[in-house]
Amino acid sequence: MIDIDLAEETLRNANKRMQGIQPDDNERSFILRNPRGAHAVAAGLNAPMDVTIEGHVGFYCAGMNKEAEVTVKGHAGVGLAENMMSGQVRVTGNASESAGATGHGGLLVIEGDTSSRCGISMKGIDIVVGGSVGHMSAFMGQAGCLAVLGDAGPSLGDSIYEARLYVRGKVDSLGADCKEKEMTAHHLDKLGRLLDRAQISANPRDFRRYGSARQLYHFKIDNVGAY
Amino acid sequence: MCGIVGLYAKNPAFRDSLGAHLATMLVEMSDRGPDSAGVALYRPTAKAGTVKLVVYGAQDFDWQALRLGVAKAFDPDVDLDQRGRHAVITATAGLEDLRGWIAEHHPELRLVSAGETIEIFKEKGHPRDVVQHFGLEGLSGSHGLGHTRMATESAVTTEHSHPFSTGRDLCLVHNGSLSNHNRLRARLRKVGVEIKTDNDSEVAAGYLAWRLAEGDSLTEALDRGMRELDGFYTFAIGTKEGFAVLRDPIACKHAVLAETDDWVAMATEYRAIAPLPGADQAEIWEPQPGRIYAWGA
Amino acid sequence: MSQQPKTPRTQPRSSSIYDAYALSEIRRAAATGVYDIRGGGAKRPMPHFDDLLFLGASMSRYPLEGYRETCNTAVTLGDRFAEKPIELKIPITIAGMSFGSLSGQAKEALGRGASAMGTSTTTGDGGMTPEERGHSTQLVYQYLPSRYGMNPDDLRKADAIEVVVGQGAKPGGGGMLLGQKINERVARMRTLPQGIDQRSACRHPDWTGPDDLEIKIHELREITNWQKPIYCKIGASRPYFDTALSIKAGADVVVLDGMQGGTAATQEVFIEHVGIPTLAAIRPAVQALIDADMHRKVQLVVSGGIRNGADVAKCLALGADAVSIGTAALVALGDNDPRWEEEYEALGTKAGCYDDWHEGLDPAGITTQEPELAQRLHPVEAGRRLANLLAVMTLECQTIARANGKSDVRNLEPEDLVALTVEAAAMARVPLAGTDWIPGQGGF
Repeated sequence: MIDIDLAEETLRNANKRMQGIQPDDNERSFILRNPRGAHAVAAGLNAPMDVTIEGHVGFYCAGMNKEAEVTVKGHAGVGLAENMMSGQVRVTGNASESAGATGHGGLLVIEGDTSSRCGISMKGIDIVVGGSVGHMSAFMGQAGCLAVLGDAGPSLGDSIYEARLYVRGKVDSLGADCKEKEMTAHHLDKLGRLLDRAQISANPRDFRRYGSARQLYHFKIDNVGAY
Repeated sequence: MCGIVGLYAKNPAFRDSLGAHLATMLVEMSDRGPDSAGVALYRPTAKAGTVKLVVYGAQDFDWQALRLGVAKAFDPDVDLDQRGRHAVITATAGLEDLRGWIAEHHPELRLVSAGETIEIFKEKGHPRDVVQHFGLEGLSGSHGLGHTRMATESAVTTEHSHPFSTGRDLCLVHNGSLSNHNRLRARLRKVGVEIKTDNDSEVAAGYLAWRLAEGDSLTEALDRGMRELDGFYTFAIGTKEGFAVLRDPIACKHAVLAETDDWVAMATEYRAIAPLPGADQAEIWEPQPGRIYAWGA
Repeated sequence: MSQQPKTPRTQPRSSSIYDAYALSEIRRAAATGVYDIRGGGAKRPMPHFDDLLFLGASMSRYPLEGYRETCNTAVTLGDRFAEKPIELKIPITIAGMSFGSLSGQAKEALGRGASAMGTSTTTGDGGMTPEERGHSTQLVYQYLPSRYGMNPDDLRKADAIEVVVGQGAKPGGGGMLLGQKINERVARMRTLPQGIDQRSACRHPDWTGPDDLEIKIHELREITNWQKPIYCKIGASRPYFDTALSIKAGADVVVLDGMQGGTAATQEVFIEHVGIPTLAAIRPAVQALIDADMHRKVQLVVSGGIRNGADVAKCLALGADAVSIGTAALVALGDNDPRWEEEYEALGTKAGCYDDWHEGLDPAGITTQEPELAQRLHPVEAGRRLANLLAVMTLECQTIARANGKSDVRNLEPEDLVALTVEAAAMARVPLAGTDWIPGQGGF
């Protein structure tokens, strides 16, 4: 276990150490202490490894994560795991705006709540939120899956493309071109597997599914109100 | 574009170190606000019936002469506390009378704040230097707001720095960018609100002062402000009793709140809150868009 | 029958504001109920570089001999923070244009031409293609609000990163690509369903404002080991403040794109009525650099209507470090060429006027994904044509520089220029020819 205290070591050195891990390195577990809200902690990781961060992180924690498993024992700031490609990021507390923004793959689990724009422009990432999400979540969501055990704030899935949304609690309002869709056995199965992967226990049957009405795929003047 | 911080002492024992903690928070926000910094500290005075003005003068201003003048005209026990180019004048006097006297006898001085407990200091330069300049670390207070500035559309001068005060014991700091402040400025000037700069934040402060003067409560004024002010903003507002936080409905400018038994803190980035005692165990949450949060105020 | 004299009539006169174009646009809007979308930059006349003239040599200023006496054109971009700045042999780069808006063949041609001349190309709103990376010796990777195709591997493969805040054609607008150009490959790269109209994000998803941009730039540096220069591209709007804020946010290079800068597609009203001319944007941006003591330390790249070496020389004289071309590069490849006149006419337009690039029917095979059309562009030959244009522009710029006594093109300065009109004089802050008057400086 490689123990790095960010009160003693610079963030640059810590990130460099983790980014520099070699395929034949046996030691691939890191603990980072005292992040104290620093930004870009564990950003740009590029190989299988596991990183535990003790404390609250600032913006862009685990940004563009690839293959690594990052766990934040605390809260995370704006843009958690933004543009993640693969691997897993988990936060035991809450996450701020734009969690999982433009993520292409991998699994993001937030055990608490997120604020607005969770999964904005998501491009294949899977996001599971144990609590609630704020407004404009999954805005322009292109692909991937967002599952929310709590509630969703206003304008859920505004301007959504093909991302799939599952919400267990109440939805304040749906955004442009987002509508409730049927939950079939296929969806129940997929959601069940996602929750299992996320190690979050909930019954898929308690969720409702939302997605694109596909009315904005080609410009029609009668839709002008939605623009 | 800036960093804003706020700190409110729930536990009276926390007041002594409020200035020191506010200073730490401010310096943490230097990266996003390197051009200038300002602080509004609320320091209840021991003597009842006193008023407090903070004025800003030239490097070589004769502060002793000013003190003697005020002593003679109003209160022989007047206290004048000089900090850098600012001076805090505490005296038993009518606020308007004292303000008028200073304006008449020392037009070269700029009035920075007025009220019963508020003290505003703001200066160009790196926040680290500004904090040192005012001796912020040694000051006590019941609550305070701070601001570090990265100037966007208006100049970097002391006048353009936050906090802006356009009413007694009232101040505002702002992170974001308003988009309709020019027409609003003209409207406010027409109803007699004095707005000195082209800064958008000053317009927000002036708007608030106007609504309060018209009899709105703080909540009513801010509610109306949400309808009339356009753009992106997180506001922190200081009043004699406490402070309030408001984010616009789109909420793109980040803000975080934290609370322990001893204090409530607000900052643009969590790392400004992290150094506070007990921060690790604090309850941490984000202000919801379009909702007014207030402590004491 | 007696002949009555005909009553004389006045000359038929069209309205200057309800001219042929305005009338046709109103009719089109009435017929379709849809706003007009097109490509390119602002087309209507406005003050531009043609309104400026160089003074050249005279009794008090001596020229350099052509060819023999060197006139240096090399420039380094991004040495403020990056370990590996961009070294250009010429002060002309190729501006960001996406694979998706352009064919793969066109992107390859741009890479070949630019590399032959020792300069860089830039990706666009669709991500980096392997061909592009393969054919460009120096590639700038755009970081846009949409983040289509964004990934850390390409970020690390790039030579520089350009954070796009906006572009000249539409400051405040996002990317636009219509269904007819979203073929299977484009759809895959952008993670979109094939054949649908791509909607655009105009703001970045995870930051707003220069104070947050600073944190984002820091993240990008952490991910790329602080090696690569980070550019910040802005559409000409409030150039003084935008440049000052880019510097404060930590940019290594500022790219400023005037309203004549082209786009693949956006609303016609956006192109023609939002943003300011390139000529008006340069001096304020340079002033911001000077005021921050960053001129030549944070480099300025100017784009938007750069057509020839004279335009290049004028940008440099006004204080830019380099320029970027988009439209001119496409024309060099063969865009709007008269050889396709019949096909342009079939599309309802003419060679030199064709701008409905969003339809994906480009006869020149450049702004299309149709394989049959795209094949018309031969990347090797087209790359050579681009290299020729870059060479000519560079030689022209050197000619002008030498005539003004400069051994380095970046030693051209505003005092080498005069203006033909009051507007140009005011915008470029140079005197009206034959006078000492610079409108706006010193009181009036």
